[in-house]
Amino acid sequence: MTDSATPMDETWLDDMQRSAFGYFAQLVDPHDGLVPDTSRANSPVSIAVVGFALSSYPVGVARGWMSRADALRHSLAALRFFRDSDQSGTPQATGYKGFYYHFLDIHSGARVWQSELSMIDTALLIAGVLAAASYFGDDTPDEIELRHIADALYRRVDWCWAQDGGDTIRQGWKPECGFLHYGWEGYSEAIVLYALAMGSPTHPISGHGYHAWTATYQWENLYDGDFLYAGPLFVHHFSHAWIDFRGIRDAFMREKCSDYFENSRRAVLIQREYARLNPYGFAGYDENGWGLSACDGPSDEQQDVANETRRLFGYAARGVPYGPDDGTLSAPAVLASLPFAPEIALEGIHSMLLRYPQILTDGRLASAFNPSLAMADGAAWVSAGHYGLDQGIVLMMIENHRSGLIWQLMRGCPYLVDGLRRAGFRGGWLLQPTHHGAR
Amino acid sequence: MPNFDASITTPQDAYEHERLAHVHPQAWNNPTPAARYQLLIVGAGSAGLVAAEAAAALGVRVALVERHLIGGTCLNTGCVPSKTLIRTARAYADMRDAARYGARVPGDIQVDFAAAMERVRHVRSHLSGGDSVRRLAADGVDVFFGNAQFTGADSLTVNGVRLCFGKAIIATGARPQVPPTPGLREAGYLTNANVFNLTELPRRLLVIGGGPLGCELAQAFCRLGAQTTIVQDVPLFLPREERDAAQILSDAFARDGIEVRLNTQVINVRMENGHKLVDLVSDDYHSTIAVDAILAGVGRVPNVEGLLLEAAGVDYAPGTGIRVDDFLCTSNPRIYAAGDVCLEQQYTDTATASAHIALQNALQNALFGGRDRLSKLVVPWCTYTDPEIAHVGLYVREANRQDIPVKTFTVPMHEIDRAVTDSEQGGFVKIHVRERSDCILGATIVTRHAGDMINEITLAMVAGVGLRTLARVIHAYPTQAEAIRRAADAYNRTRLTPRLRARLRRWLAR
Repeated sequence: MTDSATPMDETWLDDMQRSAFGYFAQLVDPHDGLVPDTSRANSPVSIAVVGFALSSYPVGVARGWMSRADALRHSLAALRFFRDSDQSGTPQATGYKGFYYHFLDIHSGARVWQSELSMIDTALLIAGVLAAASYFGDDTPDEIELRHIADALYRRVDWCWAQDGGDTIRQGWKPECGFLHYGWEGYSEAIVLYALAMGSPTHPISGHGYHAWTATYQWENLYDGDFLYAGPLFVHHFSHAWIDFRGIRDAFMREKCSDYFENSRRAVLIQREYARLNPYGFAGYDENGWGLSACDGPSDEQQDVANETRRLFGYAARGVPYGPDDGTLSAPAVLASLPFAPEIALEGIHSMLLRYPQILTDGRLASAFNPSLAMADGAAWVSAGHYGLDQGIVLMMIENHRSGLIWQLMRGCPYLVDGLRRAGFRGGWLLQPTHHGAR
Repeated sequence: MPNFDASITTPQDAYEHERLAHVHPQAWNNPTPAARYQLLIVGAGSAGLVAAEAAAALGVRVALVERHLIGGTCLNTGCVPSKTLIRTARAYADMRDAARYGARVPGDIQVDFAAAMERVRHVRSHLSGGDSVRRLAADGVDVFFGNAQFTGADSLTVNGVRLCFGKAIIATGARPQVPPTPGLREAGYLTNANVFNLTELPRRLLVIGGGPLGCELAQAFCRLGAQTTIVQDVPLFLPREERDAAQILSDAFARDGIEVRLNTQVINVRMENGHKLVDLVSDDYHSTIAVDAILAGVGRVPNVEGLLLEAAGVDYAPGTGIRVDDFLCTSNPRIYAAGDVCLEQQYTDTATASAHIALQNALQNALFGGRDRLSKLVVPWCTYTDPEIAHVGLYVREANRQDIPVKTFTVPMHEIDRAVTDSEQGGFVKIHVRERSDCILGATIVTRHAGDMINEITLAMVAGVGLRTLARVIHAYPTQAEAIRRAADAYNRTRLTPRLRARLRRWLAR
C-alpha cells in the first residue's frame, strides 16, 4: 500500500500523521474523553471529532505514539461519558434517542449553541466507538467494559425514529422545533450513517431507506470523467475513513461498473482539473493547488491582491464545479485524498507547502488558506489554529494508505458489515466471513 | 408612501387606454348568439385564444367567452409585464456590475421606477394588439364578455344569454393563491394581479414564496432598488429544480443583495406605525422584519368557481382544478379543458400546447384523424431569473424512481468561450441520457439565456434526435449554445472504449 511513496515520503507522512495525532493527544480531556472542535480558545466539543479521536488512538498505539493503557483510558472515559450522559432530549441535555447534540460544552458535556441533534455527527461518533471496540479486544476488565458500553451505545441509537416517518434519515432534530426540514439529497458522506442504521439489531432502518437516498444520486460525466457527483471533497472522504470501499459495490455502483473508492479517485481528478481551469482566476489554483471542501474561510469583506472586493463565505462546504468558490483551499482535504490518488495528493500537498509554508503550524495543516487574500504582511490568508475534523481525517487516511489499519478494524465490526450487506453491498472483502468484533 | 395593496390601480394613461381598447373595449356589445356553436371556449387567455384562432381558421363556428380581459394572465399580469420589468432590472444590474465587463460604473445610478413601469404598460399595450377583440371578431370568432355559467351538458349562459354548443373547451386559467397567514389580509399585500400597477417603488419588499414567479420578481425589485427579502418555507428555491441550479440561484440572489430566508415560515403580519411587521420562524429561530410591501400569492389556484360545472357534469376539485384524462377530456365527453385550469404545469407554452390537443381531440370526429395525448408533450420551462434556469424532460431523480439508468453529461459554462467572453461562467448545461445510449431523457440549463438554449434540446427530444447527432450539428462560434455540442462531444468520447482505442492505436501504427 506504500508502493507509490518514496522513503522520504514515508518519513514525511509519519511526521504529518504524528502531528495530527498530537491534536487529540494534547487536547483530549482525560476525565471524560471529550475533544474540542478546534484548538481555538473556548471551542466546544464536536461529537464527530470525538469519533475521530476514538479511531485515532489505535493508530497512535500501533505507531508507538501512545501507550495502549492511555489509549484505553481515553477511550473508556469517552464511552462512559456518553453512556451516562443526559439523554432526556431537553435543551440542556447531551442527547436523545441515542443520538447526541452536535456541539457540547467542554466542561459539562451539555448542549451548546442551540445545536441540533445531529444524525451524521452521531454516526461518525458511533463509528469511532465501534472502531475502539474492535481494537480493544482483550479480555481484561477494562476492555470488556469498553466493548459492552460500545455495544450499548450503538444499540441505543433509534435510527428508525430519525426517519421521521419518511424513507430517508433526517439531518437533525431540535427540542425547540422537532426535526429540521433538511433531508439527504444527492451523494454525500452519509453512507456510513446508512450502513450503521441498517446494521442495528435494535432499531434498524430498511434497505428501502437506502434505496430512496441513492435514488437522488447523480451520475455525471464532467471534464471527460464519469463519477457520482458531489462537489465538496470531504464528501468523498468521510465514510471512507472507516469503510474500505475497494471492490465492494452496492446496486448503484454495480450498474455503473465502478465503486466508491474509484469514485473518490475520480473526484480528485475532477478537483484538479477544475483548479487547473481556474474559472474565476484565483491565486494559487493550478494542478497542484486544489482542494475545495468543507473548511474554514475568510468571512469579512477584504481587499484581495487585485484590489477588488468579492464575496467570502466563512466556514462553508466549498465544491466543484459550481462552488461556492471564494479562492479558499483546504490542504487537509488534499492530504486526505492520499489513499485514492497518492501521487497526485503528494504532489499537491508538497507544492502547497512549498508555496505557502505558513499553512503548517505545530506540524499540522491549517483548515484552509486563501492566496487571493493578502494579509497585512502580504502573505496568504490562513485559518487560525486547527480543526479536529481536519486532523482526524488526515490521520486516518494516511493510516489507511500506509497500513489499512482502520479499514481492517472496521471489517471486523459485524454491525457495519451487516449494514453494508443490507444496503446491497456485495463482492470484494465482503465475500469473506465476518471475524469477531464489537458485538 | 401608498399602502401597497390591492387598492392600487393601473394609471389610466394612453398605453392603458390602448390596451383596454384591445382586450376589453368599453363600448363592446356582445354579438347575437348563433343557434348553436360547433365549438365554445370559456376563457380568453393563452389557451383559449389559441384554440379560438385555430378553430376559426378551420372554418369552425366558434364562440369565445371572457369574464375580464383578452389575453389572460400571460399578457396582462404574467409573462409579458414580468419579463418587461426584468429586462429593465437587468439593465440596472449590468450598470452596477459594469466593472466586471471592463466598463466604467456610471457615477450616479438612479432608478427611475416610474419609467420602468411605464415601459411595462407600453410593451403590454403594444403586444395586446395581436389578440385584440376586433381582430378576433374579424377572424370570425364571436366574442362574449361576461360571466359564463353552465346550464346543461351542452349549454351555458353569459350574463343571462344562452349559448348552445356541440363541443366546448374550458380554459379559465388560474389566479393567485394567497397564504392564510394571520394578519396578511388586514395589512394588505400585492400579487401578480396588481404588482404591475405600481408607479412607486416600495422601499422594503418581502416576497413570500421561492417558486418561479417569486424568484423572478424578488430579483427584479431588488435590482430596481427595493430592499428585498425572500422567504421560502423549504431549504432551497425552486424545489422542483436540480439542487445545483437552485444553489446557483441562491448565490446569485446573495450577490444581488437579496436577503434570503430559506427554510423559513411567515407566521404573522401586523401593522405598526405604518410599517408591516412580519414575524418569521426558521426551525427555532424567531425574527421580525419591517417592510413596506408584501408580495404574496405566488402560488396559483385554478378558476373553477362560479361556472356551475356541476350542471354540465364536469368533475373538478377546488385545489387541483378540472379533472381531465390524457386526451384533456372532462367527465362530460362534449367538454374538454386546457391550460392552468386543469394542468399541473402552469406555463404559457404548456397552455397553448394543451389547447391544440384539446382542439384536435374535441373536433377529431368532424375534422381530424387521430387523437393527441397530453402525456406525449415534451414541455420545456424556464425561470427567468439571472441566470435563467431552464428544464425539459425528466429530472435525474424522476428517472431513478422509474428505474431508468441515467447518465448526465455536464458542461460547466466556464468551459465555453462565449460564456467567458461575457463573464457568465457561473452556470451549466446538463443533458441526461439513458445509460449506454444517446437517448435524451431531459436537460437542465443554467445560464443567462438558458430559456433560448433549452429549445435545441426540446427539438432533439421531439424529433427523436440523439445526443450523438447533436455532435454533428455545427454551432455558430462563439455562442453559449456550444455547450450543448460540447456535451455531445463528451458523449462521443465515451464511446471510444479502451479496447476500441487500442485497436485504433494499432491501426494507426501500421
